[in-house]
Amino acid sequence: MTRFCFSIAIMPREGILDPQGKAVEAALPQLGASTVHGVRIGRRIELTVDADDASTAREVVEKLAAEFLANPLVERWAIEEAQPLAGIAG
Amino acid sequence: MIAVEPEIESDADGVTVGSSPAAVELHRKLGLTDQELAAITDRLGRAPNDLELAMFSVMWSEHCSYKSSRGLLRTLPTTGDDVLAGPGENAGVVRIGDGLAVAFKLESHNHPSAVEPFQGAATGVGGILRDVVAMGARPMALLDPLKFGWPDDEATRRLVRGVVRGVGSYGNCVGVPTVGGELLFDPSYTNNPLVNVMCVGLVAENGLAHAIATTPGYAAVLFGSPTGRDGIGGASVLASANFGAGSAEMRPSVQIGDPFAGKLLIEASLELVERGILEGLQDLGAAGLTCAASEMADRGGTGIRIDLDAVPRREDAMAPFEVMISESQERMLAVVAPEDVAAVQEVCRRWGLPSAVVGLVTDDGDVTVVQDGEEIARVPARALASQAIEMNRLASPPHRHRAAPAPGEPALAHDGLPERGMDPGSVLEALMGHANLGSREWVTTQYDQTVGTDTIEGCDKTAAVLRVKGTRKALVMATDSQPAVAAYDPALGAALAVAECTRNIAITGARPLGITNCLNFGDPGNPEAFWQLSESVRGMGEACRALGVPITGGNVSLYNESPLGRIAPTAQIGALGLLEDLDLLIRPQFRNEGDLVVLLGEAGAGMAGSAYERIAGAAPDDRPPSLDLAREASLQKLLQQAASEKLLNSAQDVSGGGLAVAIAECAIWGGLGADLTLAVAMAPAVTLFGESPTRVVLTIAPEHWNGLARLAAGVRIACRRLGTVGGDRLRIRLVGVGATGAAEERGAGVADEVDVPLSELRKAWTMALPRVLGQEGHA
Amino acid sequence: MKVGVVVFPGSNCDRDALHGARLAGAQAELLWHEDTDLHGADAVILPGGFAYGDYLRAGAIARFSPIMGAVRAHAARGGLLLGICNGFQVLTEAGLLPGALRRNTTLRFEHRWVRLSVERHDTPFTRGIPAGQTLRLPIAHGEGSYYLPDAELDDLEQSGQVIFRYGPPEGNPNGSVRDVAGVTDASGRVCGLMPHPERAAEALLGSDDGLLLLRSMVESAAQVEAVA
Repeated sequence: MTRFCFSIAIMPREGILDPQGKAVEAALPQLGASTVHGVRIGRRIELTVDADDASTAREVVEKLAAEFLANPLVERWAIEEAQPLAGIAG
Repeated sequence: MIAVEPEIESDADGVTVGSSPAAVELHRKLGLTDQELAAITDRLGRAPNDLELAMFSVMWSEHCSYKSSRGLLRTLPTTGDDVLAGPGENAGVVRIGDGLAVAFKLESHNHPSAVEPFQGAATGVGGILRDVVAMGARPMALLDPLKFGWPDDEATRRLVRGVVRGVGSYGNCVGVPTVGGELLFDPSYTNNPLVNVMCVGLVAENGLAHAIATTPGYAAVLFGSPTGRDGIGGASVLASANFGAGSAEMRPSVQIGDPFAGKLLIEASLELVERGILEGLQDLGAAGLTCAASEMADRGGTGIRIDLDAVPRREDAMAPFEVMISESQERMLAVVAPEDVAAVQEVCRRWGLPSAVVGLVTDDGDVTVVQDGEEIARVPARALASQAIEMNRLASPPHRHRAAPAPGEPALAHDGLPERGMDPGSVLEALMGHANLGSREWVTTQYDQTVGTDTIEGCDKTAAVLRVKGTRKALVMATDSQPAVAAYDPALGAALAVAECTRNIAITGARPLGITNCLNFGDPGNPEAFWQLSESVRGMGEACRALGVPITGGNVSLYNESPLGRIAPTAQIGALGLLEDLDLLIRPQFRNEGDLVVLLGEAGAGMAGSAYERIAGAAPDDRPPSLDLAREASLQKLLQQAASEKLLNSAQDVSGGGLAVAIAECAIWGGLGADLTLAVAMAPAVTLFGESPTRVVLTIAPEHWNGLARLAAGVRIACRRLGTVGGDRLRIRLVGVGATGAAEERGAGVADEVDVPLSELRKAWTMALPRVLGQEGHA
Repeated sequence: MKVGVVVFPGSNCDRDALHGARLAGAQAELLWHEDTDLHGADAVILPGGFAYGDYLRAGAIARFSPIMGAVRAHAARGGLLLGICNGFQVLTEAGLLPGALRRNTTLRFEHRWVRLSVERHDTPFTRGIPAGQTLRLPIAHGEGSYYLPDAELDDLEQSGQVIFRYGPPEGNPNGSVRDVAGVTDASGRVCGLMPHPERAAEALLGSDDGLLLLRSMVESAAQVEAVA
């Protein structure tokens, strides 16, 4: 068994209202960032899967995302193998 | 108005059974029958184009047109001296004096909540808030009656959690307290949860707004969030179809709520109304712009010309029909004199809301849609709105129908406790610990109940009480339903709900002013379901007439059924009452050691439909209890009189779980036990747990007994002393004629007495909901 | 003496704060977030609600509102500044108070009555509260769990800036570190708390303990005004 790290980016579906993105975008001029637009806000999930190979691991994550982590009604998601972001600049 | 007999059956997608899929025409895809297409062609004097067909398809959907129920609703009592706005307006309004009036209404969002619980519930709250705001009223309270299947599976639990979070997310964010509601679990709601929401708002009597366009040449200003593809076909697809396997295909129709925009919209709208610069105001809900425009024009006897290109949009390349029927949330339509348009748009800008002049009021009576300067649709407003099609439905009762015993009919004596040796105290604990009767804290701690600094009594009691700042007055509001009885006898269930709801107002000392309602039923094409609806309307009307309370508005939600079954007939009642003087408010909890516990009213036979029946069963020939409306009216007047004479220390009505549960609630809320003796005239179970109506448990100072007894005798309401408040246990001794094997064998009199520590009752009551939801960590 | 209550888009306890300030004996006025001056307010309240919907993070957008410049200047001059619930969140995002308010550990919105112990009685917000008296106030929030890393929290306690803590019988409703319910800045003249004193200013509504806090603030501001 090997460990595989994944990140899942979950975003509102195309055409679905994104109240958060809308509110942040409307506030940007107050910060002088009026050249920024098209703001959409989602969330990112990191996890690790124990599996024999990468494609089996990815299948596990796909299933988890579709059935639990995301709401397919209003969200879409992208899965990639990635190391955790802990320790990111800030 | 054309009445049409429904003809061939349609399947879940509205497609006429037996036709080949390739030949299915557009009108059928939109959910219109061949007869409806013929009626439309007749109204227009020509065939409709695709855009016009889409407009008709949403406006003539059950949800928008009430085509199956309008005839029935006309029979209801809707007038009264204090009624300033009645059914047909965005919300009912009643005068309360001091130059003030109250707008209130109950609405449903059942089908969207089944598909997406959080957003369905949230947008349901958003919608009813807008209805109240459209009358010019500032929302001051929300109540949410909810019904689900039994929550022992994860799917139902997720539904419950999602809906509660959804209601809370919207109400809390816009700053309107959620102060009451109902939570009922019953298998009949398994695939068809009910999410009804009631809103109450305050408005100056001379500051009412109406959804009307009366002056040709005035501008129609759309303000609020931009228009996207939310809920396209929502009205006709979701609300007018039963649920089958097609649920997945309905996904693009989900509406997303933005409570922040909702709050801004409330403030901007109220500011506009206050400034007096609007001729008319309408919120956009089901069927979006088409509905708002056609209703305002129809009411004013005018027309509206909509310029599609002027509508602010969120999405690119939207087709005309998408713009006209979109159900994007948080939008209002105002009719404004041309010279006031700039001021209106400045108010909107200040509140951060897009606004645009999207149309013009005309004198031709038509809703005209224009794009690129070209007219692409023209339909008489009244054909879409007040003269929408009506359906004559067939009603036929089920074979077996259990009516209540006539009032005064002698009861059968039989052993009402199902097992020898079953102890009434254990039954009481089981009832207190039942998910339908236990504490609602798990839900209500997720609702902001105190924002607005008006809440005197919030959730978890029987009625909510909010003071009216600047006056001595308080508003009392409650919501109730009786679906278990209605399953046996729909007319009785609806009447009982009205009686209970108004009684919940009366026990506070307040006077009921008006009723709103949401009628949740199955497929009106099914004669038995339609019979249930028509009986419920009859029962509701009778009760309101007898109690002298008008119905000021409401909502109908049909097609609440799935292949697995239909919901119990559910007439959800909402009542609003007025307490003229806050000082006279009566609360339900026990207050003082030594107070006398008094029972007003007489128990009647009939355990069918009771909570007891749910846990212990009932005799196969048992029936629901009967309701004597004249006596109910007398009781409610007696309560108001006793309250005004300051005779009462507390008052609680007897309903779910019967007398023993009512007493236990008063004890738990007050932190005080009681020592009581009950005379058993029928079976002990009937005396303790029967839910016959028109009964109230009071506590009074002993010196007020004579005064109270005299008042009760004057209106011929039974008035009995049961015992005294005190201690930390609940003791109820049973005496009199009646049989129960175990107790008799032990020589204990009639039955084992109830003798339970208050702490045990409180524990069972507190853990009822968390336990059944698997949430023991969150009491 | 005048209290100014700032209204951000989405604030919803502004009129409640106005009502509470008036009950406490002050004149009170609403201040729109686009204004750049405080119209002579002697004390300023940032009220509860959902400014900007709490989108992104609670208070994150509001802190950039035009009026915040005037609010900062007011605080820098020693003016009294009270942040209630969402207002507390705005003050931490703006750096006017230490710490951050995170999602409740219960992961739910919580509406409950809590009891606060008062840690010091010599601040403008607490000098009118009798020693030993706890304050019974309601909370209504989903993101009220106070957080500060241990070392900084030690410093905060050392300097007497922890002013309110959740206590029995109701206890800590949201998982705030060390039961912290409210803090002040180093000067003691900027205060933030998650519970709502303005909702507990009348016995009719369940408690009038909140009036003690509001009156302290109003009377302290009036004294400063009198001296100035």
